[in-house]
Amino acid sequence: MGMRKVAVVGAGMTKFMRRAQETGRELAHYASKMALDSSEMTLDDMDCVALGTAPDAFDGVHMKGEYLSDGAGAWRKPYMRSYVGGGTGVFAAIQGWYHVASGLFDTCLVVCEEKMSSCRPHPQGAFLTIFDHTTERPLKPNLVWIFALEMNRYMTVHGLEKKDIARVAVKNKRNALDHPCAQVAADITVEDVLNSEVLAWPVQRLDISPTSDGAVAVVLAAEHVAKRITDKPVWIRGVGWSLDSSYWTNRDLYYPKYVEYAARMAYDMAGIKEPRKEIHIVEPYDPFDYKELHHLEGLLLADKGQAPRLTAEGVTARDGNMPVCPSGGLLGVGNPIAAAGLMKVSEIFWQLRGEAGKRQVPGKPRTGLAQAWGDLMQVGCVVILGI
Amino acid sequence: MRNVAIVGVGYSGFRSITPDMSYKELMYEAAAKAYEDAGVDPRRDVESFVSVAEDFNEGTSIFDEYVPDQIGAVLKPVHTISGEGIHGLIAAYMQVLTGAMDIVMVEAHSKASNILNLSDVVAYAMDPIYNRPLGANPLFIAGMEMNRYLYETGTTEEQCAQVVVKNRGNSFLNPSAAYGASLSMDAVMNSELISYPLKRLEISSHADGAIVMVLASGDVAEELADLPIWIGGVGWCNDTPSLETRDWEGAIYARKSAEMAYRMAGIRNPRMEIDLAEIDDTFAYKELQHMEALGLCREGEAGFLVEEGATELDGELPVNPSGGSLGVGHLLDASGLARVLEIVLQLRGEAGRRQLMDVETGLAFGWRSIPTTSGAAVVLSI
Repeated sequence: MGMRKVAVVGAGMTKFMRRAQETGRELAHYASKMALDSSEMTLDDMDCVALGTAPDAFDGVHMKGEYLSDGAGAWRKPYMRSYVGGGTGVFAAIQGWYHVASGLFDTCLVVCEEKMSSCRPHPQGAFLTIFDHTTERPLKPNLVWIFALEMNRYMTVHGLEKKDIARVAVKNKRNALDHPCAQVAADITVEDVLNSEVLAWPVQRLDISPTSDGAVAVVLAAEHVAKRITDKPVWIRGVGWSLDSSYWTNRDLYYPKYVEYAARMAYDMAGIKEPRKEIHIVEPYDPFDYKELHHLEGLLLADKGQAPRLTAEGVTARDGNMPVCPSGGLLGVGNPIAAAGLMKVSEIFWQLRGEAGKRQVPGKPRTGLAQAWGDLMQVGCVVILGI
Repeated sequence: MRNVAIVGVGYSGFRSITPDMSYKELMYEAAAKAYEDAGVDPRRDVESFVSVAEDFNEGTSIFDEYVPDQIGAVLKPVHTISGEGIHGLIAAYMQVLTGAMDIVMVEAHSKASNILNLSDVVAYAMDPIYNRPLGANPLFIAGMEMNRYLYETGTTEEQCAQVVVKNRGNSFLNPSAAYGASLSMDAVMNSELISYPLKRLEISSHADGAIVMVLASGDVAEELADLPIWIGGVGWCNDTPSLETRDWEGAIYARKSAEMAYRMAGIRNPRMEIDLAEIDDTFAYKELQHMEALGLCREGEAGFLVEEGATELDGELPVNPSGGSLGVGHLLDASGLARVLEIVLQLRGEAGRRQLMDVETGLAFGWRSIPTTSGAAVVLSI
């Protein structure tokens, strides 16, 4: 296609935790510093900065991007913040990609930060404000409530039971035991999930990821720079994103069409014709266990309704044919909204370079896909990386 | 590098209140007009959509959710830039430059009239630990900066007041402007002191409206538009958000934005090569400070230029022929796109009674207002 090649050449992340002592600026700084150090570059080497961070309401800071800018290294540099709700973490990498692929810059520091703990009494309360002022807010909905609707629809259409879905929580929390930054890694069983507190049927406590604080950063570089810095650049082969209608009540929630559209855009750009064969590792967004399954189907990596079977058969385990969330995902590592998505991009980066330590999937994977999701069950963002 | 042009513009507004239209309807009107102007069908032709918004201004978190339907973007690539309207334009521009898309749109709007306590919302942008506890109205930041600017450059309060007289006078000739007025210098100088030395009439009032622009790459632009408006250069920059450590004098974010844009556009002598400028005038003194930072004149000279009439419609370098934010109305983060809109209309010869003669190259510059040090510039030409 004649497009400028862009590579990920460094990544860094903070621990994900329930409540960080650090301010959001400090979290952004830690992650940025780690990413720069990992690629042996300095802030002076960064031509521009792209920041992703989700609701300002968590922090109670208006124009949060401005407040975080210097923590993210953007002092006296071109700086922009993108924001697509939960999709932000993967979208920030896309935003960084178009900064460099445009030819205007040779390097870009991409930073994602989230500090949900500032919101009292619980960040879930801030989510009330994502709903329509007139038609929805008076009902006092929250995310657990509406994702319960989506989960229920998915289960009903495909005749699934909770145990078919709970396996994802077990897999991911166990995978996360090998992630040094994990907040809620645990060795649990399907029984534990089925016995956990019901929050909004069919969502139970162990089906969901926690609220978290944390930050992640990656360094992007144009081809000629990437090849100088590292002998293992991880190329951004394809990107895609798609936003569905606000009127989620008019959509059938059993299938995320917008994830499919985003995936097709990315597969097209990457020249991928048979994703199930060509994608070796998948990091789909998993804030709830059923989401991993929902998204695998939207990514065209499993037939509709069949993703649970792949999990049951061990296909999606780290040593399976198609490892899914080898990082431990949001369910195991944590969910500081924007940072969580970029964590997935970083995981693919480390996996493809053979640097994932105890989480390393065997077989020398060459191509991986990271996907995030957000807004009102509305947006899909996909990045495909390859060596 | 690909050539990229603005091939369609549309807008709704601008009025101090819009009780008859929701923000969705403002966006829809602007988008429908822009697509008509560009001759494109959003469902078929537009490949990416950039929306500009800040949650607290909208009263809704993850405002991105409420964007696609009214701009024809359902199930298409859409993202929000939480930045200035010109940042959004630049994001669209970069996407076309990648070669992955040929036609991209950008949208920004203001429904400031919905915000019951806008100054409280702005106060939430201040550092929560160091500054917010002061409990001060954020306008003090503009007052302090104006004071410093006058001190450093020798600019007078009268020269700042002249900016108001000029801009509100210009917007009498602008049918879309909300605040056209024939003001005397005395009226401005005698208006209520808000934060020394900043006076009430030197602060732009807010307006509602929406602006949409369609960008296209080279060949596509030539097919779509009789007169594509080419993007010659872009530049944007953030200085520190900190009040305590920032440079209070020189609007460095503007200086560096302009340097980048001029370099790209091959402009060595902006004063000679820029025919007209639409630059942020949220507060009257900012127009002068920005003129200097953008290299349109020397430091301390802007005050003399406005005094002499050099920046009037019939002057040697017209600044804010639209009336700027002072005359059109401050459109929150859409203000920068309003500056770009005027450049496009002027270059196309569609500026009616404000039409300038023989203009080929224009500069638009937006600033995100207090308490930020964030700005973006774009050079446009025919």
